[in-house]
Amino acid sequence: MIRFENLHKSYITGSNKLHVLKGINLEIKEGELISIMGSSGSGKSTLLNITGILDNYDEGSYYLDNMLISNMSEKKAAMLRNKYIGFVFQSFNLISFKNALENVALPLYYQKVSRKKRNLIAMEYLEKMGLKEWAHHMPNELSGGQKQRVAIARSLITRPKVILADEPTGALDTSTSYEVMEIFKEINQSGITVIIVTHEDDIAHRTNKIIRLRDGLIESINGELVNPEFVETEISEHV
Amino acid sequence: MSKLKLVNMFDIDKWQEIFNTIKKNKLRTFLTGFSVAWGIFMLIILLGSGNGLQNGVEYQFRDDATNSIWLYPGTTSKSYKGLQANRRIKFTNQDFDNLPHKITAIKDMTARFYIPGKVNVSYKNDYGAFSVRCVHPAHQVIENTHIIEGRYINEKDLNEFRKVAVIGKNVKEGLYKDENPIGKYIRINNIEFKVVGVFTDSGGEEEMRNIYLPISTAQKIFNGQNRINQIMLIPKTENVEETKAMAQKIKKYMAKKHKFDVTDDNAIFIRNNLEEYQNVMMMFLGIDIFIWVIGIGTIIAGIVGVSNIMMIVVKERTKEIGIRKALGASPSSIMGLVILESVAITSFSGYIGMVLGVGLMELVSSLAGNSVFFRNPQASIGIAVAATILLVFSGIVAGLFPARRAAKIRPIVALRDE
Repeated sequence: MIRFENLHKSYITGSNKLHVLKGINLEIKEGELISIMGSSGSGKSTLLNITGILDNYDEGSYYLDNMLISNMSEKKAAMLRNKYIGFVFQSFNLISFKNALENVALPLYYQKVSRKKRNLIAMEYLEKMGLKEWAHHMPNELSGGQKQRVAIARSLITRPKVILADEPTGALDTSTSYEVMEIFKEINQSGITVIIVTHEDDIAHRTNKIIRLRDGLIESINGELVNPEFVETEISEHV
Repeated sequence: MSKLKLVNMFDIDKWQEIFNTIKKNKLRTFLTGFSVAWGIFMLIILLGSGNGLQNGVEYQFRDDATNSIWLYPGTTSKSYKGLQANRRIKFTNQDFDNLPHKITAIKDMTARFYIPGKVNVSYKNDYGAFSVRCVHPAHQVIENTHIIEGRYINEKDLNEFRKVAVIGKNVKEGLYKDENPIGKYIRINNIEFKVVGVFTDSGGEEEMRNIYLPISTAQKIFNGQNRINQIMLIPKTENVEETKAMAQKIKKYMAKKHKFDVTDDNAIFIRNNLEEYQNVMMMFLGIDIFIWVIGIGTIIAGIVGVSNIMMIVVKERTKEIGIRKALGASPSSIMGLVILESVAITSFSGYIGMVLGVGLMELVSSLAGNSVFFRNPQASIGIAVAATILLVFSGIVAGLFPARRAAKIRPIVALRDE
């Protein structure tokens, strides 16, 4: 579903060049439930942005559903995001002046689905999230968990191939976090690839595969070291 | 297709979003709209006033053929060839008859003779205060007189010294009421004239209180001898420079004939209507340009205001725009949203300004009535259409830069958690 080959990315700020991704090689198969971990600055957000076609990369290649994603117009990128990817964010990112239903229906608006039809579909997804009664509430009338469930409904409404979740439980308490993770599991069981970026171990352990990033490289997958160069430091840290 | 969507104004979702953002920022939207409304209001007021002034002045010219030249006798202010200053110049039939021989470029020509002293006009037992002008047939063209019944004075009337009269519509209404005046007699200083025509005049009510008599008859009856009070003529040309040259030629001829210094400005007075008309029209063109410059300037200030506010709106909505982009919004749809909001604010508030401006002008118009210098100060439909186009265009211009900025927002910047 997703394949990175020797992916490089640098940010240039003024005269400084910050090399963030230093050659990522990774394959994520369809239907996987994966977490990406790493300290801040490890490159995990950058990797997520590139995966979500929100950012471009400098070197290497990125295949999404066997399609090379590279140097495309903003319009094309927007179209692909809409079709293939559902986003879930730490701060929910609901549009404050739209009610739950309208928020969920928004991605279909950009697919030119008629108003009536998309509201019908949105209601269906809200019902799946147990939020039918809250459909006409504004985001500020919802709890954190409810907001995140609205956001998840929004990410699912276009029937994407991949869900990208950036710290989806970062703003939630533990029990709500676990509820949200259960939802992700269910989604995953319906065949959708789910990638969760997190720095919480207990959240990561509820996924099937944990990928650790460090200094722009993959350090380990499910605890197995991938890049030999980290062996030394790994040992020295443990000593 | 996407271009088509960009201009799809009837997309209910877009309007809903615009309405929502406006609702969220009432004060800000109001202040922005106010600057545009004010700009349009001022433009309408200025244009309306300019129009009113112009209509008033054009109306005064409408009375007469605009390219006529009028001659009045005056009093010399310079001594000439042994003759004293302060000598009164008198026009006679001879002047009238000789002028066309010397000045060949005259198309139409009339003299006017006024009955000396008080004039009494009556029919049966009805009296009225009307004025009498004794003229040649060409007076009809020069004064823009429209016959509605019967005929005007003709050459035969003059040659045969007929006692006929052509009366204005108001004279008819005043003296004859519902009677048909044609063929009836009207008494002027106790002398009966047969009414042969009734006329209207675009010069207004006062012009239609006139009675025209054949000049030859009047001179005989009212002891005018060969005296005339005024000569009016229309040159063959409508070129201002040529009419000026002609007026100068006439003056030279008259100076020679009446023995006065050609540089004496008080001996005779020459009014070149075409020259005056052109001068006034040039002045109004200047005023018009001035008004548009000020008006457009005010509107530009409004546009800059809207543009500024839209910049802030875009900045404030950076995150929201980022979310939309992540969810699949194309840059053109984001641009469309911003531009449509800008057009909505400018058009709506602009229309309010326009309605207020037109309303005020209507009020002034009804209060001022048909005052001579300020007439029908309304902004025309043409101006309203032009203003609409201007408003929509302004909205687009105001929205363009903020919209481009919005379209350039990168979703990763927008989605970064603070």
